[in-house]
Amino acid sequence: MNFKLIVNIALHLLQARLKQTIVAAIGVTFSIAMFIALVSFMNGLNKLLDGLMLNRTPHVRLYNDIKPSEHQPITLAEAYKKSTNFIRSIKPKDIGKSIYNSKAIIANLKNDPRIIDVAPKITSPVFFNSGTIEISRVINGIDVLSEEKIFKISEYIIEGKVTSLLQNNSIILGKGLANKMLLVVGDIIKVTSPNGHLTSLKIVGISQMGISDIDDVMSYTSLGTAQKILGEPTNYITDIQIQLYDKTIALELAKEFRRKFNLDAIDYQTVNAQFETGSKIRNIISYAVGIVLLIVAGFGIYNILNMMIYEKMDSIAILKATGFSGNDVKWIFISLSLVIGLVGGIFGLLFGFVFSSIIDVIPFRTTSLPTITTYPIYYDSIFYVIGIVFALFTTTIAGYFPASKASKVDPVEIIRGK
Amino acid sequence: MENNKVLETIGLTKYFYDPVKFKVLTSIDLSIDHGEFVSIVGKSGCGKSTLLYLLSTMDTDYEGQILIHNELVTGKSDKILAQIRNENIGFVFQFHYLLIEYNVLKNVMLPGMKLAKYTEQELEHRALEHLKVLGMEDHALKMPNQLSGGEKQRVAIARALINDPLIIMGDEPTGNLDKRNSDMVFDIFRELTIEKKQTLLIVTHDNDFANKTNRIITMEDGRIIS
Repeated sequence: MNFKLIVNIALHLLQARLKQTIVAAIGVTFSIAMFIALVSFMNGLNKLLDGLMLNRTPHVRLYNDIKPSEHQPITLAEAYKKSTNFIRSIKPKDIGKSIYNSKAIIANLKNDPRIIDVAPKITSPVFFNSGTIEISRVINGIDVLSEEKIFKISEYIIEGKVTSLLQNNSIILGKGLANKMLLVVGDIIKVTSPNGHLTSLKIVGISQMGISDIDDVMSYTSLGTAQKILGEPTNYITDIQIQLYDKTIALELAKEFRRKFNLDAIDYQTVNAQFETGSKIRNIISYAVGIVLLIVAGFGIYNILNMMIYEKMDSIAILKATGFSGNDVKWIFISLSLVIGLVGGIFGLLFGFVFSSIIDVIPFRTTSLPTITTYPIYYDSIFYVIGIVFALFTTTIAGYFPASKASKVDPVEIIRGK
Repeated sequence: MENNKVLETIGLTKYFYDPVKFKVLTSIDLSIDHGEFVSIVGKSGCGKSTLLYLLSTMDTDYEGQILIHNELVTGKSDKILAQIRNENIGFVFQFHYLLIEYNVLKNVMLPGMKLAKYTEQELEHRALEHLKVLGMEDHALKMPNQLSGGEKQRVAIARALINDPLIIMGDEPTGNLDKRNSDMVFDIFRELTIEKKQTLLIVTHDNDFANKTNRIITMEDGRIIS
């Protein structure tokens, strides 16, 4: 088949109906542009919301869990080795939250080529004394520099500086917590550890993550200060947070470290499983809307091609009389539709990018998300590939039915009818 | 080649089914030799146009056989028939059927581009030659709607000639034209038969036109009577 000739004829037919063609192409342009803008926006939103949690969650966390011993005495008894043993009423065992030999483990992890950085941490419940009442909250002792490197903690500090924590006896409070106790930067707060040590700390900053459940309970201090509050030695650490170069291997690495260090290890995906669900549903919605828009554009193309076929009956008849087969005629109309889809689609990608860029600079300020200043947009070339493939697919389908109708036009009927 | 037949029919019978079954053509046996200028005449409704469209291979719903150049075309697929039409048959209809999206030259070239026997330059040259013979070379770059009826019909004839067809079929080619233009079209046809030995088969109800052709086939009630 002579495709060059067929496309040439298709283009000439389009030129003769330029206005309608442009309207049809604009339909495709609009739906593709909307699809791109919508998907980019939705994905931006997903990344933003995921980031709220995921950026605060280490890829792998090592800790000691409270759990029953894996090896109960009966498994050691020679007589019952081959039996299935049922043990009832086992109680969990607390081996202490302190990670044994933590310095050696951290040194080992820091040499691992798959790991960006390691941040040791102490988490402990404490009481904040505010006048006559005691408020039970959580204190995080962090290695300020590592924590900043992994979690960009300074982004969430709305007052003061995170490096102020390097001073002894300083603390950064969550905004909700500070408000509750009516404290501001520069005030002194008394903290009681679970085993009764009383320490005075100076407030050097206020943090706000945007999640009030966290902002209400969180406070940060340095590792050394936390150890002092709790009355523990300098090798006392309850968590080791690990950031990976490739976060997809988090699950396997968690397993590996569990065996290697005989600690509990959990990866970020297991921790945040519910966030994946939300992202998935938002994605489905944006794709569904995009597809609906394209189907509407498809109907537009179908109508215009149908009309064009009625108008061009004479041309179809003479093409067939002079030696174009039904198949050739069909391809003329399919390529006609494809041209509309391609031109409309390419402009759609262009406008989609423009729309996304416009949304990207619209100011969006909310007190709960201090780091966000504009609406979130996520740019990904795969959206554009999907967009153009969708455009070509729907226009081909929309063109196919009128095209088959044109291929079945009986030239004798048209010519004799005159 | 044993004989000189361009077109032959054996027992060609055709029915119309709408509104009732009706025999339009009854057992037509016909043969046309190379270089003949044949006209088919007859009263309205005698089946002369129907016969032409069967011979054109566009209408495939018939009984009997049609041979073009001693080759059976009955029962061939749509694609092959289209190719046969493209290569062997040129058409001139009552209406010109020029594509308004293309200029005169492209309209003439279109069947040749489909055949793709010549390069585009050669084809353009050949199309201009045909237009020149028909006195239309000055109009080559005009659009069809800028031409008069007679001029359009001459372009249609040039288009029919572009692939050097075995036979040119005409369905009332002068039906829409005034006397002067009719005579001109007839002169073109006669020159083609004399100079190029072009075979022509023209359906007409214009007896003056028919009387000037080499051979007249008269039809009545679906039969050839002379």
